[in-house]
Amino acid sequence: MPDVNSTRYTIGFAAIVSVVCALLVAASAVGLQSRQEENQRLFRQKNVLLAAGLLRPDEAPTGAEMRKIFDRHIEVRLVDLASGEYMAEGRIDVETYDQRRVRNDPALSRPAPPNAAKISRLPTYGAVYLVRAGGKDAPVEQVVLPIEGIGMWGMMYGFLALDRDGRTVRGITFYDQKETPGLGSEISNPKWQALWVGRQAFDASWEPKLTVVKGAVGPPATDPHRIDAISGATITSNGVSRLVGFWLSDEGYGRYLARFRAGDTS
Amino acid sequence: MSVLDRWLPPRARSVLLTPILVNNPIAVQVLGICSALAVTTRIDKALVMGAAVILVAAAANLAVSLVRNYTPGSIRIIVQLAIIASLVIMVDQFLKAYLFELSLELSVFVGLIITNCIVMGRAEGFAMQNPPWPSFLDGVGNGLGYALVLLLVAFVRELTGAGRVLGFTVLPLVSDGGWYEGNGLMLLAPSALFIVGLLIWALREWKPELQEKD
Repeated sequence: MPDVNSTRYTIGFAAIVSVVCALLVAASAVGLQSRQEENQRLFRQKNVLLAAGLLRPDEAPTGAEMRKIFDRHIEVRLVDLASGEYMAEGRIDVETYDQRRVRNDPALSRPAPPNAAKISRLPTYGAVYLVRAGGKDAPVEQVVLPIEGIGMWGMMYGFLALDRDGRTVRGITFYDQKETPGLGSEISNPKWQALWVGRQAFDASWEPKLTVVKGAVGPPATDPHRIDAISGATITSNGVSRLVGFWLSDEGYGRYLARFRAGDTS
Repeated sequence: MSVLDRWLPPRARSVLLTPILVNNPIAVQVLGICSALAVTTRIDKALVMGAAVILVAAAANLAVSLVRNYTPGSIRIIVQLAIIASLVIMVDQFLKAYLFELSLELSVFVGLIITNCIVMGRAEGFAMQNPPWPSFLDGVGNGLGYALVLLLVAFVRELTGAGRVLGFTVLPLVSDGGWYEGNGLMLLAPSALFIVGLLIWALREWKPELQEKD
């Protein structure tokens, strides 16, 4: 037994402990990675269904049930954000396309123009989720768009569902955000998200019009473009306003939405 | 000699059981309060958090005790911290893989187990001086003591705040067409402080030897 308190022994012991701990942590992270990614994918799909109203917030389907609902009602397509056209089949595998990751790929993204939502890079192709409540061959009734933007503490990621008319909001969700618990994080609360349903995303001349505002807001029929902000979370609420405005504009999905409401659903 | 006596001789039994009631980490030692306030709005969150702390405290005590005779005194705290931190990260990874939606709400607090005074305190205060098996039991016992209080607090908060027990409606809320007006305060952190306070009071009435002489 060497001298436990000698400097050499101490350094050696620290090195061994560090290596053993690092190996254990790395092994668990790598070993569980595929399962974690699958969970995240399922959770994103669940949020698409929530935004589209195909799943109620209090329902908790298993992964397999959820996938069944998703496969039956949702068709994922990629659209060229610059032109608004659907991408030709087969150029990129839609199944594995990760819109959040391609931002770092110069071949699949470009710098975004200055914008209030603080989005730095734009993907060339954006995913759209076409919703058919009646199943595979039924007509498209909604489109769900991924949305993201800066909040108080970091990026907020979510989905916005628009009706076939391209104007009426059918639902919104936020599935990944780091806002203040109890205040800004209320954007993930289904009760607040329900305030969006039925509002009009565009005005008569098809300018994006939704804003989150402080103060009394009427029902969608009389107050179509405004949503009641979350008290104590002004920065988060403003962030949501800006990011929704950005993704509905021509920098975001605006050009695609123009084609969508004109009847381009295939 | 029975199996029980072989693996749980009276001394080991007291190591395991004392922290659950007599020397409870939250109610008597008043450790680990911060997470007790945060994760007790619902029973399922408290259950998972309790299980995570039991696991980390037991495994950390075991590992620290195994290397206690080889650990240089000058770096013992940082060695304990490295072991605890690694265990906590592994638990967090495991939750993200198998209990994903709960992990979204718990992840922050699971990470904070690293700084949970109970785990660190038991590693330094017990595992550094005792053999592996009693240390392991001490970890389980303290984890259980923590989990028990968490569950009690969560039960009261979920029932009076949201009218539910483990997600099942017991008191139908007025907002859902029932008769029970949910107590909003119970869903906020301060209520846990009141409940823990009442618990400490009750425990000290029951066991007067816990009361300090002033």
